[in-house]
Amino acid sequence: MDDAILEMRHITKTFPGVKALDDVNFSVKRGEIHALVGENGAGKSTLMNVLSGIYPHGAYEGQLFVDGKECSFREIRDSEKRGIVIIHQELALIPYLSIGENIFLRNERAKNYVIEWEDTYREAAKLLGIVGLEENPRVAIKDIGVGKQQLVEIAKALSKNVKLLILDEPTASLNEDDSENLLKLLVEFKAKGMTSILISHKIKEVVEVADTITILRDGATIETLYRGKDEISEDRIIKGMVGRELVDRFPKRESSIGEVVFEVRDWNSYNPLNPDRKLVDNVNIQVRRGEVVGLAGLMGAGRTELAMSIFGRSYGLRISGRVFKDGKEIFLHSVRSAIEQGISYTTEDRKSAGLNLIADIKENITIAGLKKISRNLVINRDKEVAVAETYRKKLRIRSPSILQKAGNLSGGNQQKVVLSKWIFTDPEVLILDEPTRGIDVGAKYEIYTIINQLASEGKSVIFISSELPEILGMSDRIYVMASGKIVGEFTRDEASQEGIMKCIMRSAGEGKHGQR
Amino acid sequence: MDSAKFIFKNNIRQYAMLIALVVIMIFFQIATKGVLLVPMNVTNLVLQNAYVFILAIGMTLCILTGGNIDLSVGSVVGFIGALAGTFIVIMKMDMALGIALALLVGLAIGVWQGFWIAFTRIPAFIVTLAGMLLFRGLTVSMLKGLTVGPFPESFQMISSGFVPDFMGGEDATINVTTLAAGLVVAVLFILSKLRQRVARRKNGLEDMPALLFYGQILLVIVVIALGSYSLALYRGIPIIFIIIGVLILAYTFFTQRTVPGRYLYAMGGNEKAAKLSGIDTNKVLFFAYVNMGVLSAVAGISVASRLNAASPLAGLNFELDAIASCFIGGASASGGIGTVIGAIIGGLVMGVLNNGMSIMGVGSDIQQVIKGLVLLLAVGFDIMSKKKGS
Repeated sequence: MDDAILEMRHITKTFPGVKALDDVNFSVKRGEIHALVGENGAGKSTLMNVLSGIYPHGAYEGQLFVDGKECSFREIRDSEKRGIVIIHQELALIPYLSIGENIFLRNERAKNYVIEWEDTYREAAKLLGIVGLEENPRVAIKDIGVGKQQLVEIAKALSKNVKLLILDEPTASLNEDDSENLLKLLVEFKAKGMTSILISHKIKEVVEVADTITILRDGATIETLYRGKDEISEDRIIKGMVGRELVDRFPKRESSIGEVVFEVRDWNSYNPLNPDRKLVDNVNIQVRRGEVVGLAGLMGAGRTELAMSIFGRSYGLRISGRVFKDGKEIFLHSVRSAIEQGISYTTEDRKSAGLNLIADIKENITIAGLKKISRNLVINRDKEVAVAETYRKKLRIRSPSILQKAGNLSGGNQQKVVLSKWIFTDPEVLILDEPTRGIDVGAKYEIYTIINQLASEGKSVIFISSELPEILGMSDRIYVMASGKIVGEFTRDEASQEGIMKCIMRSAGEGKHGQR
Repeated sequence: MDSAKFIFKNNIRQYAMLIALVVIMIFFQIATKGVLLVPMNVTNLVLQNAYVFILAIGMTLCILTGGNIDLSVGSVVGFIGALAGTFIVIMKMDMALGIALALLVGLAIGVWQGFWIAFTRIPAFIVTLAGMLLFRGLTVSMLKGLTVGPFPESFQMISSGFVPDFMGGEDATINVTTLAAGLVVAVLFILSKLRQRVARRKNGLEDMPALLFYGQILLVIVVIALGSYSLALYRGIPIIFIIIGVLILAYTFFTQRTVPGRYLYAMGGNEKAAKLSGIDTNKVLFFAYVNMGVLSAVAGISVASRLNAASPLAGLNFELDAIASCFIGGASASGGIGTVIGAIIGGLVMGVLNNGMSIMGVGSDIQQVIKGLVLLLAVGFDIMSKKKGS
């Protein structure tokens, strides 16, 4: 490697039960734009968190060299001192502070702890000039758009004398024009000698601006492509991203699919924080009895928003559309009414929205179906225990007792508790949102088995996942979602990772970019 | 052995506070040369702290919903007392009617505050801080800054009356009814514990090891025996004691055994998850504050009855005692954890500290310092032990 600004060697990072990074080597040349691509969960963010010191030295294995010197960062501050600045997808700006205040946050222009306001705003204005943002630095962050906020983040990075700028999905929430500006800016910076790492799902952008492309898959570096040496095209990159063979990771199921049970027509929903923005755009889907329907898409495609807006209108604004069950229109105005009509939804975020972590397994399992074990509002404790025990055995929840607190269980077992809770409500339609996120391979297999079991009992399952192999391995039929729209539908036989990826990329290329 | 550890770890806070209570009692029993547990003083302990117990029960429900507290209860106690004084003393209203009206106003106050907290989601802290000012102001203005009294004798009975000893007769040296009641309570307690144990066994649940189980029963029986003996040696069972007992039983049943009770815990444990499980958390929160309003009114009447007057200063700082009792008794400041019994134990800890130190002649300034430290240590101990556990 000639003049590498950054070298990461043999990086391995494990979380309980999951190997997020496995012997990753990653090297960035000075003055290039280096793209890091991979599917959700491939390990891109983990790698960048190792680099920026969010996972401190010692929390991972391997070595990290900046400008040829080995570094051991303990926190973000350490990496920033070396000129490495990361801009996360979720912007770290404080809405009620001004642009200038945000730029110099934790790096204030001050004399003896007293802020020099003149200095602050003069310098801020200078930095805004460099990033090409025409805005008064005294304006509050909340009053400017996301595109401009992204530029403020970059100005902030510049104020820290950045040498290596890392952008994590910088254009995910930007429209076409803003994205273009941002990419132009990166190229300009490159001309001035700055190095950047670009993490992006939008392969088109990567092809446009990157000099070097590193592809991660399943926590390992697959290959590195160099402009001028290798072929760089969307197809080539996608192939690298998904290139894995489908091994027998999914239990077999004999599908016996019946008539249409659940149907959603002309469904729309808007962002409650930004009522002009559509989250779900005229969606039509249907599910048959005993069918597992996959809902594929990238993060932010609107799948969770779709599911939650259907499930008792628990998220979204100005929701419109019609829902049919067994051919009859039903109305799901509250979560309770959805449950009573046989619809359930397991959240993608089981810790913060799926479980009561300080309550025990038993209470978590029965909470959505207390009616079934109570009379005159008095809970029958014997029945409750019996129910919990049944599900503990049936779904193989591994714990010494049903009195174990849910917070003390592993991810896989927590997910089984969530599934138990919803199966106990006796649903006909289950919407499972990322049911295998963050759990290890063995537990994933068990979750797949449970899903198959549900389908063979005649339940209809909508299976949301960002992992394409899983969607392909489990679904009878697949809808592809992007920017709030259904942009494709595949039967089991037609579906392939390349096909779905292309479908997503194509839709991301045309019209407005992914709205969050 | 594992199971014993498991059970102990899960209940450590309640046992710890119960043990702390016993230790504190022994300490003061020695430090006051036996005055603490003199029959008259035991009775006083109950009478003095009646309001704390009543308020702490309601406060437990509020805290369960997510660490929400009610700062207005002290002022509401004063306000309800003032109303009762106005109705019964000044307007010469029938006592039962006056009490009923006062309770109804308590309910209305609960609805008022509950509305703002639950449906507009103004933080409980703000709404009840406003209520604290509002109802104190109304109390003073209604009473024109004066103390109104005395109440009729029957009204005073609520907090200073005793259950007549119909079993022992006039000249008995000891209150037989009280002893009999104590015996009945003890037997009922043993029976219910045994039934519970049998049921758990039948369900194949890990249960407490026998030693711990019988030890716990023995401890409670000893407390009941000593308590009823003490009460019997003085004037028997205070009427307010029965009111509190009924409230404790009713609310323990409500929180532990009923569906809405379970919703309180679910909401405090994780509101998002509760909502996605079909629980209307706004309603749950609303109910907790309506209930608090009613219980504040109950406490208000009992305080007015004990003072035998409606005073503009009645109930001052009561909210702090109630809140402290809950937290000392193991409630979590972020909700979802806590029990009525725990709050009662917490109230007893505070009560014994107050009473013991007063007997010892410790000034009220130092008393406050010590109570403050106890609150801090109790909660600190809880948080520390949780961190260690996880």
